[in-house]
Amino acid sequence: MTALLEVRGLRTAFPSASGPLPVVDGVSFDLNRGEVLALVGESGSGKSMSALSAMRLVPKPGRVVAGSVKLDGEELLDLPVTEMRKVRGGRMGMIFQEPMTCLNPVVRVGTQVIEAIQLHEPVSTADARARALELFAEVGIPDPDQRLDAYPHQLSGGLKQRVMIAMALSTRPEILIADEPTTALDVTVQAQILSLLRDLQQRLDAAILLITHDLGIVNELADRVAVMYAGRLVEVADREALLSDPRHPYTQGLLRSIPALATPGEPLPEIAGVVPSPEQWPAGCRFSTRCPKRIERCAADFPEETAPGEGRRVWCHVQDAPATGEGA
Amino acid sequence: MMGLAPHMLSNLVVLALLVGLLGLSRWVRRRRIWLESAQAIWQRRRLAIVVIAAYLSIALLDSVAWVGGVPEGVADVLPNQSLSVLDRLFLDTREASYSAPFADFEWTGGEALRHPGSHVLGTDILGRDVLYLALKGARVALLIGGLTSLISIPLALLFGVTAGYFGGRFDDFVFFLISTLASMPGLLLLIALIMALGKGTFSVCLALGVTGWVGFCRLSRAETLKLRELDYVEAARALGVSEVRIIFRHVLPNLAHLIVITFVLTFSALVLSEAVLSWLGIGVDGSWGQMIDGARNELSRDPIIWWNIGAAGAALFGLILAVNSVGDAIRDVLDPRTARTSE
Amino acid sequence: MNDTEPLLRVSGLRTWYPIQQGLMQRTVGWVQAATDVGFTIAPGETLALVGESGCGKSTVGRSILRLEQPQEGEVLFEGRDLLALDADAVRAVRQRIQIIFQDPMASLDPRMRIRDQIAEGMQSFGIGADEGERTDRVAALLERVQLDAAAMDRYPHEFSGGQRQRICIARALAVEPRLIVCDESVSALDVSIQAQILNLLRELQDEFGLSYLFITHDLSVVKYLAHEVAVMYLGEIVEQGPTERIFEAPAHPYTQGLLAAIPSIDPTRRGAAPPVLGDVPSPSNPPPGCHFHTRCNRVMDRCRAEAPTLVSIEGGASRCFLSAEGEGG
Repeated sequence: MTALLEVRGLRTAFPSASGPLPVVDGVSFDLNRGEVLALVGESGSGKSMSALSAMRLVPKPGRVVAGSVKLDGEELLDLPVTEMRKVRGGRMGMIFQEPMTCLNPVVRVGTQVIEAIQLHEPVSTADARARALELFAEVGIPDPDQRLDAYPHQLSGGLKQRVMIAMALSTRPEILIADEPTTALDVTVQAQILSLLRDLQQRLDAAILLITHDLGIVNELADRVAVMYAGRLVEVADREALLSDPRHPYTQGLLRSIPALATPGEPLPEIAGVVPSPEQWPAGCRFSTRCPKRIERCAADFPEETAPGEGRRVWCHVQDAPATGEGA
Repeated sequence: MMGLAPHMLSNLVVLALLVGLLGLSRWVRRRRIWLESAQAIWQRRRLAIVVIAAYLSIALLDSVAWVGGVPEGVADVLPNQSLSVLDRLFLDTREASYSAPFADFEWTGGEALRHPGSHVLGTDILGRDVLYLALKGARVALLIGGLTSLISIPLALLFGVTAGYFGGRFDDFVFFLISTLASMPGLLLLIALIMALGKGTFSVCLALGVTGWVGFCRLSRAETLKLRELDYVEAARALGVSEVRIIFRHVLPNLAHLIVITFVLTFSALVLSEAVLSWLGIGVDGSWGQMIDGARNELSRDPIIWWNIGAAGAALFGLILAVNSVGDAIRDVLDPRTARTSE
Repeated sequence: MNDTEPLLRVSGLRTWYPIQQGLMQRTVGWVQAATDVGFTIAPGETLALVGESGCGKSTVGRSILRLEQPQEGEVLFEGRDLLALDADAVRAVRQRIQIIFQDPMASLDPRMRIRDQIAEGMQSFGIGADEGERTDRVAALLERVQLDAAAMDRYPHEFSGGQRQRICIARALAVEPRLIVCDESVSALDVSIQAQILNLLRELQDEFGLSYLFITHDLSVVKYLAHEVAVMYLGEIVEQGPTERIFEAPAHPYTQGLLAAIPSIDPTRRGAAPPVLGDVPSPSNPPPGCHFHTRCNRVMDRCRAEAPTLVSIEGGASRCFLSAEGEGG
């Protein structure tokens, strides 16, 4: 059975004085029906840009320069713009990080949701409003009738994000892309939104592409995890496998540097150095400049994809199980 | 300063300008951020910058003047009259009346010219070479743009930055001032001021400066309000820096790009305003506006006398186009919103 | 526990912002940003001030530095009440208390070289005999925060977020303070960079005997760096105590909820119900009685009418009737 979303060899580049800089550099993954795939990485890893590329929303002057993105077998990168607009919002919904900037501050939120509904379906305003009410209740907004007439600034961050989720779900999309949906929220509100997303995903059997840097969120929501570094994938695995038995040194380092696991009194394990900018990428593995397990061939030879079993994919010459005490 | 002959004042100013320019270029070379911006602007607008440099050189030629050294037999030179370098280049080109470009004869009367075929752009009704007049206008235009900005920009900054930074009653006062000035019809105010101050370059510049600072004042006040809240200004306060020093070290340098942009863009507006003032008869002597005003009646002759007004118009157009073009490039390069993003 | 005089003792701090409306700018209400806040910080130790948005933790940090003006309270720093000082004396004290902000992009002047920004504090407090000596000190500071001394001739936009934060730390250290307020200083950084900065802060604390007031919303960061924790909600301190006790046996329902809300990376633990429901009320209109009662899962009738006071409990203090009755934790 083909995956719902198939991404192959995706490459997105931005022009610069020294030639095109690939922010996403040859990324391939599948998102299956009813599955939550988490795309994990830090800033500069290309995770957000991968999702934007799949929706063909790459901000100018960047553009997708190579690769294929197939939604249920249909190639998206070739679609004419009018067709793509129907896909966006219709078959693929997106939730962004900052609900404050994604809602029009001078329009009531109910109106915005109704607009979103009517963009993709020919329904009357009254019907759309009824749909919006249902959606608000579905995403757990209290007093939905009153809230429909509220302006964005009258709502808290958590409520705004629920409105965004309602808008994204209004068309019952096949795929929901959530780009750091809780980063801007307080931790107690984050817990509520994560619980909501989990419920919705189970109830609607939706496929979600979750983009985040927080491994805790990954644990709460994801079925499979893909870790990115400097524009490329470094490890893909099932959630449990990745968190308990990470194979790539970057994943291991990420898990170790979470302060919650720290032993007070001892220095926090850290990953030394900084993410190299595209001009500084070594010919081989991009993590080799900071990798504690680096061997000689790492800087020169780019590691090929290997499949050590159980649906895992790792790009590393060294790959070994973490030493005792490392990992989760 | 009152005892100095006007040409000596002009010479000193030229000297000061050259020294200032030298100092500025050394300062820019030392601050990498400004050096890179300057190089970027040069890359984008080489032709326009060369054109402006040409106008500047001509203006400089017309600003360096001294008395004496005139050969015998040249007409119309008083014993104590100072002549600039430009004047001396065109010293003996006078005719009696109109002649067309490259003509051998006078326009009216058909008399033979003293310098047949040598007036590239013809002569005006008084027989003065039109090219010479057009070149002389360069100095006047640059003076109007430069001197006026020198008056209006510091005035705008003084009121705008202090109003934005300190707020409160001072802000209310400046607001009152701005609103009052902005409610008066600009042109009428300008005319009244020039009538009161008397005609002459300095009065026109002063009048233009005093009526034209409102726009930039609003802009710098708004920008200061924004800068005042930024973390690095708070950090400076936390580091014990006094408020006045903060204004000079953190606020003003971050307004510098606005100052440069405003200067360049209002420059052309000022030159064009002077043309309107000349049409009203209260402009500066020797400006292109005055040339245009004086020659417009001649357009109704048959055949048309076009070279006088054409030369002045072309010279004006050339300078304004070049300045606006460079101004756009400067704004693109210096404005932090459109400039290169950092990481 | 330390028996030396605490470096900083705050008591009864109240900072409220007026809400002004109308032509005459009448005060129609107050944003109760911080009410009755009190804590102490010993020399060489870290107090973490934890809470979510709107709890007032940033306001407290800025009030101590007199970047905000509190209405009442006492802030004893090295024995002197900072709130009673005039403007000049405040400037002088600023040498001893420094602050590092959250946003590394906005904390540095984009048009000044790094060297000038780090030396600025030294100049205003007269540290360093001349330019040459100040430059040497800048070089030493940069190396101490693990940056190349050559960075001093560069501009902020040439550095990453983590590097800029290091520069801000160097700038704060330049004036030789005794207390540094870290206002969400690692919140904007990637996790792997966070670890580096936290380690650096810890090293500097050990080396220079610095104290930190560490303001954050992230409890997991607190565990590593802080000796004491004070949890704030809607302008009030709701619980206080040593870090270990707070994590192992939180007394106040809000603290319990905060800890439970942190998503765990233990693959066997997932799917817990969210511990705290609802949204944070507005600080301009806090609920009557206990401020937390609208979201508390152990709310009693008493909580809706009466406001609990901070009571001492085993290992700190808690603002909850349950703790007063000995039922907390």
